[in-house]
Amino acid sequence: MTFPIHGDVVGSALPGPAMKTSTLIATTDGSRKRRIGWVQVAPYLFALPFLLVFCAFVIAPFGYAGYLSLFKTAMVGGERFVGLSNYWNAFGDANFWNGLLNCLIFGLIMTPVMLTLALAAGLVLDSKVVRAGSFFKVGIFLPYAIPGVIGTLLWGFLYGREYGLISQTLGVLGITPPHLLGNQLIIASLANISIWQYLGYNFVILYAAMAAVPDELTEAAVVDGASATQIAWQIKIPMIRSAIIVVVLFAIIGTIQLFNEPFLLMPMASDVITSDFTPNVYTFFLAFRTMQYNYAGAISFVMGLITAVVSIAFLVISRRREE
Amino acid sequence: MAPVGVKTARFYFFRNINTFLLGVVAFYSLLPLLYLMISATKTQRDIFTTFGLWFGSNMNLWANLQEMTTYGGGIYFRWLANTLVYSAISAAGATVLCTLIGYAFAKYRFVGRDAMYGIILGALMVPQTVLAIPIFLMFAKVGLVDNPLAVILPSLVFVPGVFLMHVYARQTVPTELIEAARVDGAGELRIFVTISLPLMAPGLATVFILSFVGAWNNYFLPLVVLNSTDLLPLTVGLASWFAAAANNSGGASLHAIILTGALVSVVPIVAVFLFTQRYWQSGLTTGALK
Repeated sequence: MTFPIHGDVVGSALPGPAMKTSTLIATTDGSRKRRIGWVQVAPYLFALPFLLVFCAFVIAPFGYAGYLSLFKTAMVGGERFVGLSNYWNAFGDANFWNGLLNCLIFGLIMTPVMLTLALAAGLVLDSKVVRAGSFFKVGIFLPYAIPGVIGTLLWGFLYGREYGLISQTLGVLGITPPHLLGNQLIIASLANISIWQYLGYNFVILYAAMAAVPDELTEAAVVDGASATQIAWQIKIPMIRSAIIVVVLFAIIGTIQLFNEPFLLMPMASDVITSDFTPNVYTFFLAFRTMQYNYAGAISFVMGLITAVVSIAFLVISRRREE
Repeated sequence: MAPVGVKTARFYFFRNINTFLLGVVAFYSLLPLLYLMISATKTQRDIFTTFGLWFGSNMNLWANLQEMTTYGGGIYFRWLANTLVYSAISAAGATVLCTLIGYAFAKYRFVGRDAMYGIILGALMVPQTVLAIPIFLMFAKVGLVDNPLAVILPSLVFVPGVFLMHVYARQTVPTELIEAARVDGAGELRIFVTISLPLMAPGLATVFILSFVGAWNNYFLPLVVLNSTDLLPLTVGLASWFAAAANNSGGASLHAIILTGALVSVVPIVAVFLFTQRYWQSGLTTGALK
């Protein structure tokens, strides 16, 4: 997923009446004149407001987390420089590793299920051999518009052990309801919330990519006697590779930043969702419950780096396969 | 994939299967919302004792709405108003900033452009959750914690919007038009306002809607930077009620109140969603297909 800038571009020194506001200045060798005018300055002025807030709220916090992480605040003596010792602590911190492990399991459940469902739903809709396709499309996409907090609370109600809809239904069928917020199933239950929320988004992206595959390709395959399954596996899916890569990439990023779902369901499952359940939950507790700002900064910084490294590694690997 | 005009028994068979499969996925997607709509009409007792996907013994929606309005000293509508204000200001600001820089990327060639663009899009990979705590610590230094600006300012950075406006500007504003205006002696700002901006209007709407919903749904940042109950947005407020209800503190009918509050907060966003779907889909798919 690269975003090359191409297409037509104007604004490189244009001679003529357009340059009324230009000043003529001599270049170093003195032989040629170059015009510096609004056309050269304008793009920087257009970009400036965004760049300011970008630096203030993306670059600076990241840098500040890195800076803080090099210090330690003591009750007595205040802040002092400790080098990389916060990072060494994080490296040996069982809580941090526990959170990462939970994220890994979460990602390994969520990503394949989400991708499979989104692809399958996309292929079915794309086949056009279906009734009420556009109604289903809106219905499946709808959870993406629901605030994640509300979605999580609703699933919390559905998961409830005594009164939840899932327990009720299974109870009626005579099946002993599993403890959805218990030790065994908690990560799967959380993964389900994310799948529910983002399935429609991924489905819409994959479907749009499939719809953009030229009809001639599939028509030619039909003439050659290819079955619907063959068309899906050998034409559609290979043709939408880059959209699939985007879907997986966002799943990875979403996994690493997991916070809302476990944090919100904590009051319902306080014995299972601990304060180190994911690295982000852990940072939150470090910063706001135990006031270990420096250590929280170190873990934030590490999580930012892990996200960048994993994302770039994934992009490099998927591109290499392509060649 | 059946040839046009030929409707065999096989075609109908597969169509029924496909419709069933897609229907199951749609049911799964709509299930929590269905549960929400039904539960909001029940008494707290019925929520726990009657089947979740069917109505209770009596229609309790009005009573729930009334309780929700007065619970906690009527704080619900304060939260709703906060959410509206934060989202509207954030989205308007983000749209302006993204439009300006997207236009610059699309229609000018300047030193540092590619590097700038690369760094900004690279930030798509840095989740906001990772930034929220450092942002809180920075705001603590300058005394901006527990101030609406602490939620609004960071929400002005809407990276997907930069990418979208870049693509829209490239596709909708003809370079010849800009050149012709220059020849006629129009300044850069005037060209932008009178020629380019109207052409980019649908793109602006998309960015506004997407950033508005992003701000409306934001939870982690306001949770971290705000303390006063009066300043909270709905997401944080409802979550605090939910935590109280899960701990069985906060009154006998808090579950019913939360579900009603959730319904009231979801209705406007679903309405907006259904009316502006076109913009959503174009916005989301542009990002993935380029």
